[in-house]
Amino acid sequence: MGYDVDGIAAAPQPEEWKVVQRPLPLAVRLAANGALRRALILLALAGLWQGYAAWADNPLMFPSFVETVQALWADAVSGVLIAKTGNSLRVLCLGYGIAVGLAALMAGLAMTARLGDDLLSTLTAMLNPLPAIALLPLALLWFGLGTPSILFVMVHAVLWPLALNAHAGFSGVSDILRMAGRNAGLKGLPYIVHILIPAAFPAILTGLKVGWAFAWRTLIAAELVFGVSSRSGGLGWYIFENKNRLETASVFAGLSTVILIGLLVDALLFRTIERHTVRKWGMLR
Amino acid sequence: MEAMPTGTPFGTVDAGRKPPLLHVEGATLQYRTHRHLVTATYRVGFDVFAADRFILLGPSGCGKSTLLKAIAGFVKPVEGGIFLHGRPVDRPGPDRMMVFQEFDQLLPWKTVRDNVAFPMLSSRKFGRREAHERAKRYIDLVNLGKFAASYPHQLSGGMKQRVAIARAMAMEPDILLMDEPFASLDALTRRKMQDELLAIWRQVRCTIVFVTHSIEEAILLGSRILVLSPHPGRVRALWETGRDRGGEASSEEFRALHDAIEEILFGESLMQEGAGI
Repeated sequence: MGYDVDGIAAAPQPEEWKVVQRPLPLAVRLAANGALRRALILLALAGLWQGYAAWADNPLMFPSFVETVQALWADAVSGVLIAKTGNSLRVLCLGYGIAVGLAALMAGLAMTARLGDDLLSTLTAMLNPLPAIALLPLALLWFGLGTPSILFVMVHAVLWPLALNAHAGFSGVSDILRMAGRNAGLKGLPYIVHILIPAAFPAILTGLKVGWAFAWRTLIAAELVFGVSSRSGGLGWYIFENKNRLETASVFAGLSTVILIGLLVDALLFRTIERHTVRKWGMLR
Repeated sequence: MEAMPTGTPFGTVDAGRKPPLLHVEGATLQYRTHRHLVTATYRVGFDVFAADRFILLGPSGCGKSTLLKAIAGFVKPVEGGIFLHGRPVDRPGPDRMMVFQEFDQLLPWKTVRDNVAFPMLSSRKFGRREAHERAKRYIDLVNLGKFAASYPHQLSGGMKQRVAIARAMAMEPDILLMDEPFASLDALTRRKMQDELLAIWRQVRCTIVFVTHSIEEAILLGSRILVLSPHPGRVRALWETGRDRGGEASSEEFRALHDAIEEILFGESLMQEGAGI
């Protein structure tokens, strides 16, 4: 190959290198594709589900994958599922928005005064471990049946983790960046907007993600308890209703929708924000 | 206090100069750690004139960085005062731009171009168009034209320091404050950056106050060198070397100056040991 007959190694000639750059075999390239691998896992799980359901043969307790997809499709087409999901998302956005505003206010307060800092630390330490849904009975007592009660527990679910993360982010901004900002003549609100918030953005984004996950779970859980009386309930109510009617396939369809929306918001919204901010800035790998 | 030696074999004190740009008078600086109140400098005084390359030289603990931060307006003297153009310095401001040792002084969410333009815009000293034109000129001056659209995390340490220098210089501050800007760089890059800084200074003739603990760097870069002793920082000597000696690190004169300064710093530490500290 690259050797002379008399055994002395000769420098390989370019045409003898065989490979400078060659595409890898298709199978290797496909195996390197994470999305494809995950899709395969999902497919395998769906197959297992279908197989078990066929073997158990008890659609009342465990509907098959195909039945669930059919129920999902039927309810989506009839508009029931879409309307309920819309209701849930509307309440979600409202509660999330209120909580983000309050968290910004609290973190801001904690930044300006040491007393505010102590207050926020104490409150978050106290209230963060309290599951939001545990406040629902109290909320019902105070606000009655209706959206205000759901908003109350949702705000509780989002506010503390978000404020905690934002505050940690702000306190973590390095002295050098602070000095660079003040050296550039910034103070007050412009200093917060141009230095502190972008510098703390990785932590704030984490807080927003955690808050979103808590909000979505709490909302569905609250709707389950609640739906009993409200006519235009959301996804939680849809699940509860179908359980009462023994439409188990629709219960599964409702659960799938909860999962799908959770995944979509994470994959589309938060990952897009991440890619265009903290990843681009090299603040997150 | 003993008299401050000011004359040197290599320079002369020009008594009939214009009023100083920066006047530091009997400045005592203190800072608080978690457990202690530390006196960083004790009654330190000096003058910086326009186009000086003024070096604050001393070992760690001599308060040179705290002194620079006080000039920048981040630390208030507990005694004495700091005056810029005769007016007391009481807050940070864009008329004194600071270059830090740390690489993370750049804003990671802004490109090189926007990092350089940022203080010019936020201080409203320059309009948007002028700020961007100046940013481009100074980025070219530090040889980073090709990286104007890069983010800081894509640059090497030396390049980041160049951006920080460009950012500070583009503001056309009254004084450029540099806090060991090359100390975190490898030796080769550091040498190159020192030469580049001198080359840039020859073009723009700005006033620089430069903190370092390296005698070599002080002689290489400085036109006037203030030597400080540690614990707390006090003025030991002021050397007026006066000239631009870029790339002359091996000359006879350089060695002599190096030894003389070393003698002051070394002699001091011997004296302290003798005093039983």
